Amino acid sequence: MTHPRNPGAVLDTSSFVRVNRPASDRRAASLVARRSLKGAHQAAWLLNAIACMDLTTLAGDDTPDRVRRLCSKARRPLSEGIVTGLGLSEMPKTGAVCVYPTLVAPAVKALQGAGIPVASVATGFPAGLMPLDLRLAEIRYAVDQGADEIDIVITRAHVLGGDWAALYDEVAAMREACGDAHLKAILATGDLVTLTNVYAASMVAMQAGADFIKTSTGKEGVNATLPVGLTMCRAIRDYRAATGHIVGFKPAGGMKTAKDALNWQVLMREELGRDWLRPDLFRLGASSMLADIERQLSHHVTGRYAAHHRHALA
Amino acid sequence: MPSITEILATMEYGPAPESETLARDWLKRGPFGQFIAGSFTKPGTLFETRNPARDEVLAEVSQGSAADIDAAVKAARKAYPAWAKLSGHQRARHLYAIARQIQKRERLFAVLEALDNGKPLREARDVDVPLAVRHFYHHAGWAELVAEEFPGHAPHGVCGQIIPWNFPLLMLAWKIAPALAAGNTVVLKPAEYTPLTALLFAEVCIEAGLPKGVVNSVTGDGATGAALVAHDGVDKIAFTGSTEVGREIRRATAGTGKALTLELGGKSPFLVFADADLDAAVEGVVDAIWFNQGEVCCAGSRILVAESVAARFTDKLRARMDTLRVGEPLDKSTDIGAIVHPRQAARIRDLVAQGVAAGGVVHAGTAPEGCFITPQVMLEVSPSNPCFKEEIFGPVAVVSTFRTPDEAIELANNTRYGLAASIWSENLTVAMDMAARIKAGVVWINATNLFDANAPFGGMRESGFGREGAREGMAAYLRPKVAQGKATAPGKIDALPQHAASDGIDRTHKLYIGGAQKRADNGQSYAIVEKGKLKGHAPLGSRKDIRNAVEAAHKAGKWTAMSGHQRAQVLYFLAENISARAQDLRAYASASEIDTAIARAFYYAAWADKFDARVHDTQGGHVTLAMKEAYGVMGLICGQEAPLAGFLSLVLPAIAMGNRVVAVPAQADPLAALELAQVLATSDIPGGVVNIVSGPVTDLAETLAAHDDVAALWCAEPAVTALVERASAGNLKPVWPVPDALTQGTGFLHAATQIKTIWVPYGA
Repeated sequence: MTHPRNPGAVLDTSSFVRVNRPASDRRAASLVARRSLKGAHQAAWLLNAIACMDLTTLAGDDTPDRVRRLCSKARRPLSEGIVTGLGLSEMPKTGAVCVYPTLVAPAVKALQGAGIPVASVATGFPAGLMPLDLRLAEIRYAVDQGADEIDIVITRAHVLGGDWAALYDEVAAMREACGDAHLKAILATGDLVTLTNVYAASMVAMQAGADFIKTSTGKEGVNATLPVGLTMCRAIRDYRAATGHIVGFKPAGGMKTAKDALNWQVLMREELGRDWLRPDLFRLGASSMLADIERQLSHHVTGRYAAHHRHALA
Repeated sequence: MPSITEILATMEYGPAPESETLARDWLKRGPFGQFIAGSFTKPGTLFETRNPARDEVLAEVSQGSAADIDAAVKAARKAYPAWAKLSGHQRARHLYAIARQIQKRERLFAVLEALDNGKPLREARDVDVPLAVRHFYHHAGWAELVAEEFPGHAPHGVCGQIIPWNFPLLMLAWKIAPALAAGNTVVLKPAEYTPLTALLFAEVCIEAGLPKGVVNSVTGDGATGAALVAHDGVDKIAFTGSTEVGREIRRATAGTGKALTLELGGKSPFLVFADADLDAAVEGVVDAIWFNQGEVCCAGSRILVAESVAARFTDKLRARMDTLRVGEPLDKSTDIGAIVHPRQAARIRDLVAQGVAAGGVVHAGTAPEGCFITPQVMLEVSPSNPCFKEEIFGPVAVVSTFRTPDEAIELANNTRYGLAASIWSENLTVAMDMAARIKAGVVWINATNLFDANAPFGGMRESGFGREGAREGMAAYLRPKVAQGKATAPGKIDALPQHAASDGIDRTHKLYIGGAQKRADNGQSYAIVEKGKLKGHAPLGSRKDIRNAVEAAHKAGKWTAMSGHQRAQVLYFLAENISARAQDLRAYASASEIDTAIARAFYYAAWADKFDARVHDTQGGHVTLAMKEAYGVMGLICGQEAPLAGFLSLVLPAIAMGNRVVAVPAQADPLAALELAQVLATSDIPGGVVNIVSGPVTDLAETLAAHDDVAALWCAEPAVTALVERASAGNLKPVWPVPDALTQGTGFLHAATQIKTIWVPYGA
C-alpha cells in the first residue's frame, strides 16, 4: 500500500452525474483502438496483468482440493521455461486468490508464505438478498478464517429504488465489519443496467468507504464491459478530485483473453494513470484469462503458437 | 529496447509501427505523370511530395499545366456521352467495383495517406479509408436508383473537382462517387501537398475496369486548379478548401453558367451546458479539435462552456490533453501526427501568437521537434480575439463561457462561418432548441465529427453551399431538364418626365418595405410607358432602399418560426384576396397572369407543410435528421416577363418555406407587383416578409448580391446574372440563376431551403 485507505466521506448525492451512453460506448471503443502493444511491451503488460489478477473460483462444486490447485497456480502462474525466456529473475505471482468464505481456510493454508492475499466473497454473494446481520456476520466469519480482502455485493434494490442512504449505510456497516481487511464493493453493474446508475452506485460505495469498487459477481447476465469500467474509473477520478481519497478498481467476469487483459490495462492507464496498474489499485477478477496469457507469453518466448494442454491447469 | 523487467517498472506503451514496406514499393513507381484518358502521361515538370513527419521526399509528381487540364477535360468530354448513356445499373457495377478495389487495398491506402499527410495511421485506417469505401458503396446505390429517384434530371456533364489535403482520399470519394453515380465524368485536381492516394486511386480505376476518361486526375498547385476552374469545357466546379480560394472560384465562374458547390472553412462552436456529461464532452473535444491534428474544416474549435461548470470542465480538459500522444504517424499508439507542411505549422504558430497577444492564455501538451504542433487549449478568449474568429486549422481550441442558452446561441452564431456545431447537454429539450437556432449545416448532439455517406454535409454562410452525401448531395450533381425561359432585356430607365399621360385619377405606387408603402429614398420616380401611353409611375429605388428593406426583412423573423400550416393559411388567404382584387389588378396584369398568381399561391400553400425534413439511415443508434431550413433573408431579382406571375413565381415559394424576401420586380413594368403590395398588406402576411423595391435592376441587384446580411439570391434576370454572381462572393451567398421563372415546382423549394443535418445518438 502506497496510499492511505479510503476513509469514506459523507453521503453526497449532488456528486452524481448523468452519463451519456452512446458517448461512453464511443470512448470505450476508440480507447482500445488508440493504443497498441507489441513484442516485449506486450509481454510486460501481460505479466503485469498476472500480478493484478484475482485468480478466482466461485462455483457450487468448489472443494478444498480444487482451491489448493488454484492456489498452486497462483504461486506458479507460468512455467519455468517461460519465466526464464522472459528474462525474469523470479516466478511471478497473481494479485490474490478469490474464493467463497468456507474455502478461505484451505486457501490461506495453501498460500502460506507466498505473499498472496486471499480474498473472499461475502454478504450473500452473489444476490446479496439476506438479512443485513447475517451478511455482516458472514464478513466477520471470512475475516476470522483469514481473508485479507472481502468482496461484498450491494443490494441492487437500493440503487434501482434510489435509496442512496440505505446503500450508504449498508456499505459503511460492511466496511466496519471488515476491520483491517480491504473491502471491494461489487456493484453488479449488469443488474444496474444504466451507466448513470453505475456512476451513482460507485460514488455512494466510495463515500461509504469502499477500498475498491468492482463491476460484477460474474453471475449477472452482463459482466464487466469497457463502458461500465470507463464510468467507474471516472467516478473514482471525480471522487478523488472531490475528497483527495484514492480508490481501486476491479473488473470481474467475462474476461477470458489476453487481449481483454491488455484492453482493461489500457483503460486504467489512460483514464486513471500509471498508479492504477499496480495490484494495490487494480485487480482483474478472472479465472480462464490466465491460461490465455500463458499461451501468449509462451508464443512470445518460443515463436510458436501454444496449445492449452502443454500448460498447467489452474 | 528496454528489458521486460524495465518495462514492468514504467509500464510504457513502447513503439508499435505499422509496416510501410508495401507503400515504399509502390512509391518506386514514381515519378508520376497525369492520369488522363485511362492511362498515365509521361511525367512533366516535377515537384516533390513530402512526408511531413520525417521531412523526407516521398515521390515526385507532375505539375499540371493548362495543356494537361485541357487534355483531361477533353478526355472527360469524350467519355461523357457513353458514360451518361449507360444504365444506372451499369454505372452501379462500376462504382461497386471501385468500392471493392479500395477495400482490397485498404492498408496500402491508409499507410500512403499517413505518410503523405502526416495523419495518424490509426485515423487513416479507421476513419478515412472506411468512410471512402462507404461512400462508393452508397453511391453505387444511387447510380442504380438515380433515374427512378430523380426524374426529369440529367447530369451536368464534365465536373471539375478540386480537393484539399486534410482528407485526400475521403474528399476524393466525396467528390467522385456522386459525380459518377449521376452520370458525370470528372477531372480531379488533388491537393498539392497530398497527391499520392489520388494516384493510387487512378490505378484502382484501371484495375476496376472503369471506362477511359470517366475519371481523370491532374496533380499540381493552385495554378493547375485555376486552369481547371477557367476551362470552358467544364460544366460544374466542386471545391473543398479555404474560404478565400472559394471566393476566387466564385468570382472566376460568375456568369459562365458553370454550376458551383463550395465546401469551405469553419470555426465551429462546441457548446457545453451545465447538465452535460462533462467527461463525455471532454472526449468530444478530443474528437473535435485533436482529430486529424485539428486540420478539419468542421473542427469544433470554439468551445463555449456554461460558466457554472467552466472550471471543472477545463480542469478535466487539461488533464485529458496530457495523455495525448503526439508523434510518428505510423505508430499505432499515436493520437496526433504531423502538420501537413511546415508552412501550415508556421501559420498555426502565428495565429496562436496573435491570440496570446490579444489576451488568450494557452495550456499546451507536448510534441516532438519538427512539423508537429502540441495540442492546446486557449482560455480567456473573447469574441474580439483573432483566435475566436479565424480558422486556425490546427490542434488549438479556444474556450469562452456563457451564462444562458440565449447567450450561448449569440456567441455560437457570432461568426462568418456556419459549417458545424456540437451541443452537449443531457437535456434533449434544450439541445434540440440549440440545434434549431444554430447557424450550421451539420449539428451533432452529444457527439462530434460523425460522418456518413448518407448524411448530408456542407455549410451555411461563408462555409459554402451545396451538400455532399445522401440524396441532397446527389442533387448537386444533377440539373433539372428545364427549358430556359425566354428573356427580354430590362431596357433603360428614364427618371425625367415623359410626354405621355394616363386616364383617370392619378395613381401613386410606392415601394413596399416593412409592411408600409414608402417613397423611394431619393424621392424619384420613373414613368412606365406602354405603347405610347403612360401606365403609371414607379418609385426609383436605390441602395438605401435595399438597405432599409433588408433591415425590415430581418425584423420579420417570426415568419420563419411559424409552422408550415400557418404559412399555408396565409398563402390561401392571399389567393382569396388576389381573386377578390382581380378587377384592380387587371389594370396591370393580364387575366391569365392573375389566374396563374392564384394557382401559384395554392400550389405553394399546398407544399408549405409537406416539403419537410428527412430522416436518414446512417448508423445504428443514431437519428440523423436532414432539416430543410429557410435561409432567412433572401434577395429575388425578377425577370421582365409577366410582371405579376413572374414576381409571385419567385416570392411565393421563397416565403412558403419561411424566408423573408426583398424582391426587385420587373424593371420594365413593376406596377403589378407594387399594386399587389396592398393585397399583401391585407392578407395577414406580416410586415417585412415581402419587401418590394422597384428601380434600376442592375444597381439594385448588385446591392442585394453584395449585401452581407442577405443569405441567398435568386436571379431571373439573365442580364445581371454574371454581375450578381461576382458580387455574391463577399459573403458567399448561393446564387440561383432561375432557369424558368414562369413555372412552379419543387426545384424552387429546394432553392429556398438549406439542409441542416442534425445527428442525435441515443442510448439508455
